[in-house]
Amino acid sequence: MNSFLIAGLLLVLLGIAYQVGWSRSRNLATPNGVKVHSRPQYHGSLVAIWTLVPTLIILALWGYFGPDIVRSFAVSQIPADVIGGLDQMGLNNAVLRLQSIASGYGVTGELAPYEQAAGESLRSFQLLTSLLVAGVAIAAGIAALLFARSRITARLRARNSVERIVNLALLACSGVAILTTLGIVASLLTEAIRFFTFINPIDFFFGTVWNPKFSSTVAGDYGQYGLLPLLSGTLMVAAIAMLVAVPVGLMAAIYLSQYAPRQLRAVAKPLIEILAGIPTIVYGFFALVTVGPFLRDAGAAIGISVSATSALTAGIVMGIMIIPFISSLSDDILNQVPRTLRDGAYGLGATQSETIRNVLLPAALPGIVGAFLLAVSRAIGETMIVVLAAGNSPILRGTPLEPVSTITVSIVNQLTGDTDFAGPQSLVGFALGLTLFVMTLLLNIVALYIVRRFREQYE
Amino acid sequence: MDMLAGKVKMTQQTVNTAMNPTDALERQIRLTARDVTVHYGAKQALHGISIDIPDRAVTSFIGPSGCGKSTFLRCINRMNDTIEGAKVGGTIKLDGDDIYDPNLDVVELRARIGMVFQKPNPFPKSIYDNVAYGPRIHGLAKSKTDLDEIVVSSLRKAGLFEEVKDRLNEPGTGLSGGQQQRLCIARAIAVGPEVILMDEPCSALDPIATAIIEELIDELRENYTIVIVTHSMQQAARVSQKTAFFHLGNLIEEGVTEDIFTNPINKQTQDYIMGRIG
Repeated sequence: MNSFLIAGLLLVLLGIAYQVGWSRSRNLATPNGVKVHSRPQYHGSLVAIWTLVPTLIILALWGYFGPDIVRSFAVSQIPADVIGGLDQMGLNNAVLRLQSIASGYGVTGELAPYEQAAGESLRSFQLLTSLLVAGVAIAAGIAALLFARSRITARLRARNSVERIVNLALLACSGVAILTTLGIVASLLTEAIRFFTFINPIDFFFGTVWNPKFSSTVAGDYGQYGLLPLLSGTLMVAAIAMLVAVPVGLMAAIYLSQYAPRQLRAVAKPLIEILAGIPTIVYGFFALVTVGPFLRDAGAAIGISVSATSALTAGIVMGIMIIPFISSLSDDILNQVPRTLRDGAYGLGATQSETIRNVLLPAALPGIVGAFLLAVSRAIGETMIVVLAAGNSPILRGTPLEPVSTITVSIVNQLTGDTDFAGPQSLVGFALGLTLFVMTLLLNIVALYIVRRFREQYE
Repeated sequence: MDMLAGKVKMTQQTVNTAMNPTDALERQIRLTARDVTVHYGAKQALHGISIDIPDRAVTSFIGPSGCGKSTFLRCINRMNDTIEGAKVGGTIKLDGDDIYDPNLDVVELRARIGMVFQKPNPFPKSIYDNVAYGPRIHGLAKSKTDLDEIVVSSLRKAGLFEEVKDRLNEPGTGLSGGQQQRLCIARAIAVGPEVILMDEPCSALDPIATAIIEELIDELRENYTIVIVTHSMQQAARVSQKTAFFHLGNLIEEGVTEDIFTNPINKQTQDYIMGRIG
């Protein structure tokens, strides 16, 4: 039975259920002035929900147990002497062959004598069971519909029930987001713990050499997994990015929100926001082809040796990438500062720049700090620009003019290609991911703390 | 008990002013407005307002919402400059000098004409810094001692010093609504203005805080020219010596406060005062 067909049938059934509930409640006899508690829409929705629930439960049960039932039937079709000669893998294979015959896809190789007949009977079994299940599900739905219909009275508090169910559904949806986060953290944690069974955490967190070995000739020699070179590269690139993005972004925001004429603002703001829409890989090209060589030549002109791919190149281009985050958010925040505050400063004879420096910026500070930290999280997690422009050189360095590598780049390096997740070479990706996650989490916590402190002070 | 005493005192003052109302109007004229018009985009908000504002007296603008009284008030210190699309016509003179003269420095003008707004709007700074802000940007204090003196005397004049003297470094936003409004008045006074404009200064305050502010306005009248926009006719009657009635962007009638309230000439003024329009 086609699942689209079942879904279609279910929708029709729901539509009918809604109509039944709706018209039944409309036609309720209301003697001695008893008012119908809920409006017809609520009665209709409640009947539809009643219909939906048992149907879905039966379909879900079948989805869960169905394959096993079909499989045991298929096994039962294989003659006992054949089964006797098969190991687990051979049995699986035989069942798969039968299912292929049943579905009409055909199989490779000669058919064993029993297979055609067994395939045919499996086919009719599958058809029968799915019809049966669909029939049972719909019958249960109809039974529930009739029961729900019989419950409709003037006093039935259908509205309250529907509202409660909607409430639960919304709760379930937000639960999905939270559970997903928890699941990701849990998987990061368990894999990272597996990694730490190979490598001592102290060597990981405080090691200064990053040199994972992929194919080691000596058993048990996995190479060195020191985090510090990657961490310093990450922080260096992010810091350079912020040095570029914070002043430019903030000034742009101040200009847009306070000085720009309305027409200019209407054009400039979307244009700046386009910067945020450029794919990061394109920024990577830009860094590799334009900015890197330019920095190298500029350095050579003043007698400094600058590598074309370096922390500086990646940082500058990443800074350009996050300008719109800072300018757009700060612009919105500056516009939200109450007009009365601005008027107060102007009314005292403050100039525009005095008003901005002394009144607007302090009032908008919590939001602006929030925007900065959001941008930092983004810079730390950014991958593509760094892959292309930072030089992929995981060595602890004191200058931004040399190639570096970052945490994200190393995750890419460790997890691309053939990986079996059995050795530390690939499991280190999870440890790095966890480190990154904890870093951005801490940043967010700090951001929330700062925002809250300023709020208490100024509201 | 203190509050009651304040109210009794205030009533006496009101009676005092009412006894010789013309006295106030015989003073020198500080501000003259002639044919002032304001357009917001295509919409005309003010139609040719002409009025004289006397020195060291309280002039009140009354009228229903949207009648243009606040708009006119904001013309006097050119606050309408900060609203995009606002266009002001006509002339306003302060001591004979046109305030819309292109050569005039708006910053200096606003230092001479202070403003207090409808909603208390202390800056997100300490009480001290709120009051010190104006003197700082205008360079009025030579030293820290000078600045301290200006802050303390401004807070005193605004009747707030005794309540906040122990917490000058706490945020101004932590004060009550009435205290915040007095802080805003202190902030305006600290710049040493000659004229103080007040745009419905009590509309966000409770009756007790309102009474305190009204009393304060009456004291400030000794040294400043005050223009107050108010919704409350009782307030206009209590605090002002001269009253102007605005309706739909026109100045309908102006005169000695007592005359406006007891013997209005214009039918519309009469209707408004009797509560038939607005």
